[in-house]
Amino acid sequence: MSTLIRHGTVADDDWQWIEGDVTQLVERMEAGERLVLPLAVWLAHRLRRDPPRVGVWLGPDDPLEALLPWLADIPLVAIRFPLFTDGRGYSLARLLRCRYGYTGELRAVSDVLVDQLAVMAQCGFDSFGLRADQPPAEALAALVGGLRSPWPVIAMP
Amino acid sequence: MYRYKQADQRLVEDRVAQFRDQMTRFLDGRLGEHEFRPLRLQNGLYVQRHAPMLRVAIPYGTLAAYQLRKLADIARRFDRGYGHFTTRSNIQFNWVRLEEAPDILAELATVQMHAIQTSGNCIRNITTDPFAAVAADELFDPRPYCEIVRQWSTLAPEFLFLPRKFKIAFAGGAEDRAAVRFHDIGAFARVADDGRIGFEIFVGGGLGRTPMVGRTIRDFLPREELLNYFEAILRVYNRHGRRDNKYKARIKILVKDLTLEGFSREVEEEWAWTRGGPGCISDATFREMEAFFARHDYAPAAADDPGYLAALAGSRAFARWVERNVSAHRELGYAVVTLSLKKTGVPPGDATAEQMDGVAELAERFSAGEIRVSHEQNLVLPHVARRDLPALWEGARALGMATPNIGLLTDLVCCPGGDFCSLANARSIPVAAAIQQRFDDLDYLFDLGPLELNMSGCVNACGHHHIGHIGILGVDKNNEEWYQVTLGGREGSQAVLGRVIGPSFAAGEIPDVIADLLEVYVDERHEGEIFIDTVERLGLDAFKARVYGGAV
Ligand code: HEM
Ligand code: SF4
Repeated sequence: MSTLIRHGTVADDDWQWIEGDVTQLVERMEAGERLVLPLAVWLAHRLRRDPPRVGVWLGPDDPLEALLPWLADIPLVAIRFPLFTDGRGYSLARLLRCRYGYTGELRAVSDVLVDQLAVMAQCGFDSFGLRADQPPAEALAALVGGLRSPWPVIAMP
Repeated sequence: MYRYKQADQRLVEDRVAQFRDQMTRFLDGRLGEHEFRPLRLQNGLYVQRHAPMLRVAIPYGTLAAYQLRKLADIARRFDRGYGHFTTRSNIQFNWVRLEEAPDILAELATVQMHAIQTSGNCIRNITTDPFAAVAADELFDPRPYCEIVRQWSTLAPEFLFLPRKFKIAFAGGAEDRAAVRFHDIGAFARVADDGRIGFEIFVGGGLGRTPMVGRTIRDFLPREELLNYFEAILRVYNRHGRRDNKYKARIKILVKDLTLEGFSREVEEEWAWTRGGPGCISDATFREMEAFFARHDYAPAAADDPGYLAALAGSRAFARWVERNVSAHRELGYAVVTLSLKKTGVPPGDATAEQMDGVAELAERFSAGEIRVSHEQNLVLPHVARRDLPALWEGARALGMATPNIGLLTDLVCCPGGDFCSLANARSIPVAAAIQQRFDDLDYLFDLGPLELNMSGCVNACGHHHIGHIGILGVDKNNEEWYQVTLGGREGSQAVLGRVIGPSFAAGEIPDVIADLLEVYVDERHEGEIFIDTVERLGLDAFKARVYGGAV
């Protein structure tokens, strides 16, 4: 089971993850489930959705720009790291937070490791779906209270 | 020189503590090899053929005497008493122990040094002209800009996992002594007609297996936009650079795939968001940085000091050293001195702890405590009064660092090759030694004049073989070491890549091949024409015919 850390504490994940275009999506949305949809599905269903209950997840090369008109209503954007060494998600996070002013929950998911959490937080992530083998206590320490993580001398706005 | 502020010091100390924790978790099995690898690389730690290697950053090649002493101390306590200065103004310690790396980093932090981002797929150590601020032809000192970019790029969170390594170089103009067109980004000083300060920006240069000369992406970038613009380039690269094949992951491939125009359009679109915004560098920041590097304290010194003139007239050896190892300084009565790390038989770029301590002392006595590392793998004392040259020469001779060969054939550039590097196809150090031994007659070397020979042990090109007038590349043929020779490479403002002259050679043949090439030059040169100019005028055929006996 993957641990979720949100705003500096271990939290329950109250979102249902949707990988592809599945059946009964509309029914599930209408039944009030909180779903996180892949970008393409999210775009296809955006007219039917109830904004506060539907999140979206992006792969590293998804065109973030497609989301911009609706950004203010989206409660959760998750960015998938297929490999922890794939740094594209960092740019997506910076763009969402700094350029497009996204203020909802921004979650890193998939190959999310303890040693990258502080840097992810610096890029604007505020929740983390850890890879299953990552110890929650160490993850918390990396974010709050443990070793201070080094901070760049000149940080871009 | 720059002195760390609290934020810099805190960064390096926090980093040491963080890496110590990571190392402990690695050693007791809580952190896997695969997860640890990029972390150690971003702290300069490689695992090499015999032992781990630690690469320490010397930002833009500027060192203070107390820092060099610390490097000597580290060489003694943690290595086998020496270090290797590289073409990228880093120093490598070849025999460290993995578990001691955090202690070494802690030692470095006490003298405002670190090994952060000297490896890995991130923005690497910034390099520049070793003659910055003292060269007479310079437009302005590039180091304040290097320092600003260093501060921004060190742990810039967005750019720690790029598709591949990323190298930035600055040059202060007019001559390019930093090979800016062979970097992922090169910045070349420009002053606009209205007096504004800025840079011409080159992008997509690099050597390695696909060598390319960087191309101009902006003729003039005003200095206050440096970070905004670099961020735009890096972001386009981070998002769109190839990650499926590490041999095609450098920015040069992206630029080629998108075309320069296409790439430039993407960068302009990115930059449009930040241009003129809060990421602009303020005048106050420039003033503060310039103050760190400015030197107004040159005591008046005579260019025609009688003691110096007497030594010139009295000693041929001294005069020769002055001719090759002493360069013009912008201040009257001062000189720039290059201490040669190219003594015959010593691996190019290697210095012992005793030599490092000795150089630190010479720097304190004669060069305001400052040392530079050149990308030709020598050490430079940038502020020497001419009257001190005889005493400095004696001191350098005592250290074995006064070989009068700067810019000559035996001042060759060479990577560690198969003796240390696990990627190597062939050894390079013994071949360098054979060349130095064969051509150690000073009269002959002086007669040959300026000549750059560069050697790499594999296609990664750490020894810059593509831009040597003569380049030597180690290749593997059926598990044997062979060497391919290129001719006609050149760095600087007329940068070109050398071309292969023909089939490769066994190690033992290389000195003869070099001798053949030199013979053609000596036979064919015009009065005053240097080697590379003769090569360009004649083309390769005459050289090939001599080397291969007309068989090619
Ligand atoms: C001993 C361990 C070393 C290893 C494993 C190593 C590895 C590499 C690799 C893999 C590349 C090719 C990068 C690419 O094409 O994308 C490269 C390039 C380079 N390295 Fe090294 N290197 C080592 C030592 C050195 C040393 C000692 C120097 C300086 C003398 C150096 C300077 C450079 C330079 C200048 C390049 C070419 C830059 C470019 O690709 O444009 N490296 N190195
Ligand atoms: S050129 Fe090849 S052999 Fe030489 S240091 Fe670089 S990777 Fe190693």
